[in-house]
Amino acid sequence: MSKLVRQRSRWGWFAGLALLCGQSAHAAPLSISQLMDSLAKQPQGAATFTEKKHISILDQPLESSGELLFIAPARLEKRTLKPRPETMVLDGGTLTLERGKRKHVLQLKDYPEVAAMIESIRATLAGDRQALERVYHLALEGGFERWTLVLTPIDPKVGAVIARIRMEGVKDGVRSVEILQADGDSSLMTIEKRAPPQ
Amino acid sequence: MIHTRRRGIAAIVLWLIFLLACAGIISRTHFTTDLSAFLPRAPTPEQQLLMDQLQDGLASRLILVGIEGADAPTRARLSKQIAQRLRADRTFASVNNGEPVNAERDRTFLFDNRYLLSPAVTPARFSADGLHAALSDSIDLLASSAGLLVKSILPRDPTGEMVQLLEQLNSGTQPTLVEGAWASRDGTRALMLMQTRAAGSDTDAQQHAMAAIQQAFDQAPSAIPSAQLVMTGPGVFSVTSRDTIKRQVTRLSIISLALIATLLLLVYRSFSALTLGLLPVVSGALAGIAAVSLGFGAVHGITLGFGTALIGEAVDYSIYLFVQSEQNNADHQNWIKRFWPTIRLGVLTSIAGFASLLLSGFPGLAQLGLYAIAGLIAAATVTRFVLPSLLPAHFRIHDVSAIGLTLSRVVQRAAALRWPAAIVLLAACAIVVANRASLWNDTIASLSPVSQVDVELDTRLRADMGAPDVRYLVVVSGANQESVLRAAERASTLLQTLVEQGELAGFESPSRYLPSIATQRARQNSLPPRPLLETRLAQAVQGLPVRAQLFTPFLADTTAARSQPLLQAADLQQTSMAMAVDALLIRQQRQWRALLPLTAPEGVDINAERVRAALSAMPDVLFVDMKAESDRLYSGYLHEAIALSLGGLVAIIVLLLVVFRSPMRVLRIIAPLAAAIITVTAGLSLFGQQMIILHLVGLLLVAAVGSNYALFFDRPDPRTPILPRTLASMLFASLTTVAGFGLLAFSNVSILQALGVTVAPGVILALIYSAIFARQSDA
Repeated sequence: MSKLVRQRSRWGWFAGLALLCGQSAHAAPLSISQLMDSLAKQPQGAATFTEKKHISILDQPLESSGELLFIAPARLEKRTLKPRPETMVLDGGTLTLERGKRKHVLQLKDYPEVAAMIESIRATLAGDRQALERVYHLALEGGFERWTLVLTPIDPKVGAVIARIRMEGVKDGVRSVEILQADGDSSLMTIEKRAPPQ
Repeated sequence: MIHTRRRGIAAIVLWLIFLLACAGIISRTHFTTDLSAFLPRAPTPEQQLLMDQLQDGLASRLILVGIEGADAPTRARLSKQIAQRLRADRTFASVNNGEPVNAERDRTFLFDNRYLLSPAVTPARFSADGLHAALSDSIDLLASSAGLLVKSILPRDPTGEMVQLLEQLNSGTQPTLVEGAWASRDGTRALMLMQTRAAGSDTDAQQHAMAAIQQAFDQAPSAIPSAQLVMTGPGVFSVTSRDTIKRQVTRLSIISLALIATLLLLVYRSFSALTLGLLPVVSGALAGIAAVSLGFGAVHGITLGFGTALIGEAVDYSIYLFVQSEQNNADHQNWIKRFWPTIRLGVLTSIAGFASLLLSGFPGLAQLGLYAIAGLIAAATVTRFVLPSLLPAHFRIHDVSAIGLTLSRVVQRAAALRWPAAIVLLAACAIVVANRASLWNDTIASLSPVSQVDVELDTRLRADMGAPDVRYLVVVSGANQESVLRAAERASTLLQTLVEQGELAGFESPSRYLPSIATQRARQNSLPPRPLLETRLAQAVQGLPVRAQLFTPFLADTTAARSQPLLQAADLQQTSMAMAVDALLIRQQRQWRALLPLTAPEGVDINAERVRAALSAMPDVLFVDMKAESDRLYSGYLHEAIALSLGGLVAIIVLLLVVFRSPMRVLRIIAPLAAAIITVTAGLSLFGQQMIILHLVGLLLVAAVGSNYALFFDRPDPRTPILPRTLASMLFASLTTVAGFGLLAFSNVSILQALGVTVAPGVILALIYSAIFARQSDA
């Protein structure tokens, strides 16, 4: 990858949540670099999400929904509106979690498993292949019209918590993130793009 | 003649014994440069606290370290390498750079003792309703992004006590992590925070700690030339100011001695005269140091700096002797008859002026007073009784009568300047009156020998670190640990309401990590016995997506907690919490004291009235704003010093009145001194320099030195003209004084600089005003 492209990719944006960028559909098989480059093209974007978590110690799955906002290169905001308002802001290495009056500030480095989980989403949105490959083995299937990216943790310590992460997308947009934990718990987040604020 | 010689020999012997005694005392003297000179001799409780904190408190032991230059990964690597090495060093109680070294131990401690430590543990929380609310909170958290963090502990801690504790512990803002080590917000500097075992006032230990940090940095495997180490903190300040004072005092004394020696050589053209002329100076300096050492037990560096300037004053006496005497030995005896009474009176007025400083509650000022008095008496006495006997038979100095005659002619015409001088004086009065509100600087920072650059570095690192500046403290005292902890818990409850109202950003308390026995027992008693808790839990899970069986570990843990031994201070050892408790819970002889540092909301000062009002229910609790307290301390010194100086002035006037019994004559002597003092004050104000205590000491010196000139110009009979030789001696004397003090004006230690800019121009002005306003000889 040329220096120029890398530079752009760092400032690129999570295209999955962006407006259609007028590219013609590719029928040809997609390479990871191609996908990352197209994901990296927009500096920011907003989307809505719904998330369903299956946790073995709970009798029913937990459902939540809200908004996602990504600002390249490193800021990811997840605003849960239902069932209870909660804001999670990931900025650089700091994760801030606000629930009601309470505010938790966590350093991602202190929680490698949480870091791996959140980083997978942020790095994919940023089209940051290097960041992804620091933590995961990547496997890509399908073409630009419809692709599936599977992340498997490299570090066995992370692997003890996260079995794999499976992302599906259409063109330069991520449509779903499914996280399968090693203990069998899982979560599925479906994402719908929204017009970015102008 | 023989009689005189015998007395001379006796004087020399006595003098030598005296010098030996002084040298003996000085060899055993302790020299300091710490804060002791600025701390009151009879402190109030608030001042005592301030002193303890300054000398020994938590904040006094902190060293903030920054690593600059190179790139972020290198800085982080250096930070980790330095930290690893220093964590093994006994010099440091803790070395923090954001690496989670204690994290595991801390977490275990908190988790195992969560039911004793968590303020949320109340009987209501373990009722069916309370449990239901706590459980649904925990399930919400499980569904959140932090769910992964709590999932594993939910069966043991369904009420979320651990989350409560972690939140409390991490309430302070911490620097961001870059490559696994703390970094400044702009990312250009790696940050570390160290706490020394030794007190901040132990300058040697602080210097040792700084050297250990520097060495760890220099020898770190990743060290590269482009990376730099910076350090700041109270201990660092005392080390650097000691170095500064030491360096400056040494340099100033060498330069001022060289200057004065050159000046005297030009005048005397004789090395033996120069050597002999410096004997009173050396005697005075030794006497001054010895006297301060005996009187105060230690000599402060600032006193030595002042001493170097006093060289220029002490040398005056021998100048008077050499220059005013005729060119033969007999005339030295004649000099004693003719001039000694005038000089003796000059010395006495100086002593009267400085004696008032001895009464000061500010030890630094009292030291200066004692040094000046002892030094001047010794110098004058040696000049009078020893020096004449030491002069060789054919002792002579270069003839200065030509200079004297020129001066005579100038002085004859000086009267013409009376009107212009009066106008200048009036203008000066006007300036002083107009600026009277801003003449004085009454913040203690004005005394600090720390340079502006160092202060800025400190401010920057502190802001980056979010380090506690420990400005606001709530202090609780009691007879034993338990009563102090209970009082701290009561105060915490009151302070918590202020936090919720937004008056405070937060506060710390030792009771947070080590609750009182009573509180721990109450928390223990809040936990229901197992069968009861089981029933309530079954009710609580109704309507929640969990089954009660999941919480069997919780039942086991609470049952164990009900009978677990209560926490003692020793249980905290080897956790990060131990450090906090050590710093915040202090045992002093038979008294215990808990400190609760308050954090102000960002960008605002704490409203002291609100805090005092909130704590009014607890009359024994002390709220101290350390900065306000230290400024109040200093402005107290300043006002006291102003009063004492005025007292000194009155003493001088009374002395002169007693000697001369003529108010007019006294007025003529005092007037030029007052004029010089007013003009210097106006000048300082014009140049925007606010006066601190040391300016005041400088003004006193102007009065003391100037009184000599005024006395020489004063003659009962205006028909006797002033001898040209006398005029020449005064010129030389004032030049040496200006050389001695003028150098201080270039010092970057503010208190020495203040002396310099006051005394040097003041002495010249006193001479000029004396000449202008002297009674004219009718000749």
